[in-house]
Amino acid sequence: MTLLTIDKDHWTQGLAAAADHYRLFGPVKEKDQHQFKALEKGRLPDLDLVNTRLSPKDLVFPQSEIMLTYSLDESREDHHIMKEAHTDHAPRAVVGMRPCDARAIQLVKLNFDTPDVKDPYWLKAYEATTFIGMACDTPLSTCFCTSAGCGPYNAEGLDILMMDRGETYLAKIFTEKGKAFADTAGWNQATPEAAEAFVAAKEAAEAKMVSTISTDNLADTDLLDLHGAPFWDDIAFACLNCGTCTFTCPTCWCFDIQDEVQGKSGVRMKNWDSCMFPIFTVHTTGHNPRDTKTQRVRQRFMHKLKYFVDKYQTGIMCVGCGRCVRQCPVNIDIRRVCELMNSFKPADACVAQG
Amino acid sequence: MQNPYLPYPVRIDDITVEAEDKSLKTFKFVFLNDGDEDQFAYRAGQFAELSIPGKGEIPIGIASSPVEKGFVKFTVNRAGVVTTHLHNMRAGDRMGLRGPLGNCYPWDLLEGKNILIVGGGFAFTTLRSSIVYMLDPANRSRFGNIDVVYGARSPGMLLYKDELVEWEKRDDINMHITVDGTDDPDWKYNIGFVPPITEQKAPPGGADTYAIVCGPPIMIKFTQPVLEKLGYDHDHIIMSLENRMKCGFGMCGRCGIGKELVCKDGPVFTLNQINRTPREY
Ligand SMILES: Cc1cc2nc3c(=O)[nH]c(=O)nc-3n(C[C@H](O)[C@H](O)[C@H](O)COP(=O)(O)OP(=O)(O)OC[C@H]3O[C@@H](n4cnc5c(N)ncnc54)[C@H](O)[C@@H]3O)c2cc1C
Ligand code: SF4
Ligand code: SF4
Ligand code: FES
Repeated sequence: MTLLTIDKDHWTQGLAAAADHYRLFGPVKEKDQHQFKALEKGRLPDLDLVNTRLSPKDLVFPQSEIMLTYSLDESREDHHIMKEAHTDHAPRAVVGMRPCDARAIQLVKLNFDTPDVKDPYWLKAYEATTFIGMACDTPLSTCFCTSAGCGPYNAEGLDILMMDRGETYLAKIFTEKGKAFADTAGWNQATPEAAEAFVAAKEAAEAKMVSTISTDNLADTDLLDLHGAPFWDDIAFACLNCGTCTFTCPTCWCFDIQDEVQGKSGVRMKNWDSCMFPIFTVHTTGHNPRDTKTQRVRQRFMHKLKYFVDKYQTGIMCVGCGRCVRQCPVNIDIRRVCELMNSFKPADACVAQG
Repeated sequence: MQNPYLPYPVRIDDITVEAEDKSLKTFKFVFLNDGDEDQFAYRAGQFAELSIPGKGEIPIGIASSPVEKGFVKFTVNRAGVVTTHLHNMRAGDRMGLRGPLGNCYPWDLLEGKNILIVGGGFAFTTLRSSIVYMLDPANRSRFGNIDVVYGARSPGMLLYKDELVEWEKRDDINMHITVDGTDDPDWKYNIGFVPPITEQKAPPGGADTYAIVCGPPIMIKFTQPVLEKLGYDHDHIIMSLENRMKCGFGMCGRCGIGKELVCKDGPVFTLNQINRTPREY
């Protein structure tokens, strides 16, 4: 690991130099919201952000992505034969993502990059990307990253982690990818003695976290007991099945596959989908294994807080970014759900049911 | 990096109408490119995604058996958008085939055992694959007694009629064919639903006997207690689930039940495993 100091003029020049070799993405402010966008030449990422409305998960997992192409024109030799669509995998970098979003990509990687089968679309985009994080000194009241296996100065999944020191940025370089980016940008002022600044700032940021959850009992509670717990109707009561929580969540990865045809040429695409939508699981016969709202809400929370925990033994499938808490139109709060699940004792069920 | 979403190009070689109401057809596919058939090395009980460019992709159990070479077969019920389109296609048309997908019946475990097969309706497809596999001269001695209870609504709805007649004649497999009802005076097999016929005809369970059950949910529901009564342990009852699928290999998240993904961890599960997952199938 190398530690660099980058003064802010150098930062701007460095990004301009990097832009010749990387496609840059970063948070920009539009209206009153920050969101991740491709940075056209000369545009700087706005690092003075709290957290974006949508996470940058779409950089590796676009909301809609063409996978295959084909022609239905029978006069063509290759009609009805599907081919892999061309996707641009030139080097790119996302500048200024939060540590929670970086960890989220690592959790999602468990799904798309498995020992038996790999999703080439997700993985090639992931491999082409350099992840440059901006440590978070202003956690929101809805952030609970420190109790979700993460933290405002977490480096997991990042090639570079930066912190703001007013006149300068401090940057920790963790990987070859990160080093290559810093070299391209011409950032090379090594300052190993500044390591302590990171430690102090990390402690200060963590001390500002007001929101915590407990997850220590989730792994040991029986899956079927939790599934049958009495609180699910109550949690789901107000849910509109709007899907906002899943679309804004950096760790939700479910998708749909659909064909689209224009004239004689067609594509097969991958689109974000949501377990909150009633047709997500409906069978052709009309039978729907998760027919009710309660079943669907339970699926989302059980997937994040129990199934994932049991399957991967790497903590919960949530990084505590708080997006779903802030954006759910009816205030369904994963922190409350997690408390209920974590403190659930099967005996409670008997009491509750009389 | 291999692209698991990319189907093999195939051509429809032949179409057989199975059911009298034409709702079921068997499609025989041949691969367009040399080498693809070898790549598509499957085992009985697996499924594949049939892919119609411009219409979509659907998971269908493989009805042919790994011992049959030169083609792959699927029996498809006309149900919705993609299946209706497929039913309207003709021999010679091209489409895509992706797989093989999913686990298979646990052949290592079944080796040397007596096998009871219980099938209803068009879910009989992967059971056909298994029967043909076990009856193959190279494999028959690897299994003990084979009993098959197979039911359909009416005689006209039975699949693979020619093969049923052939199997009837053999003495190394016991066929118990049944229909829910018929007004055919010459009908010489059973009349009645699958569960009661199973109760009458199936061999008792035991350490050496496994039951493989595939059919509509209602049939499975009533067959389970019958098998229990006959002495089949929950880890000797093997079933195949059919949750809604898209990717077919564990990524799209659609087919999850608890922490299992039906496409990847299944579709074949023992009843013991199913008992440990939420009832979401
Ligand atoms: C492992 C497995 C094995 C199977 N084996 C067989 C078999 O051997 N034979 C057989 O006949 N069947 C089998 N099936 C069932 C078969 O997959 C379905 O019958 C088939 O998918 C129906 O496709 P369809 O396009 O005709 O139906 P449709 O219901 O028209 O579905 C078409 C697509 O549209 C989507 N859709 C449906 N409704 C809507 C809506 N309102 N809005 C937006 N999208 C929608 C669906 O998600 C689906 O992908 C199997 C299923 C599984 C999982
Ligand atoms: S579940 Fe909510 S808090 Fe957790 S990562 Fe997803 S959006 Fe953020
Ligand atoms: S955002 Fe809230 S209302 Fe919308 S689906 Fe999620 S929990 Fe339900
Ligand atoms: S069908 Fe995609 S995960 Fe099972």
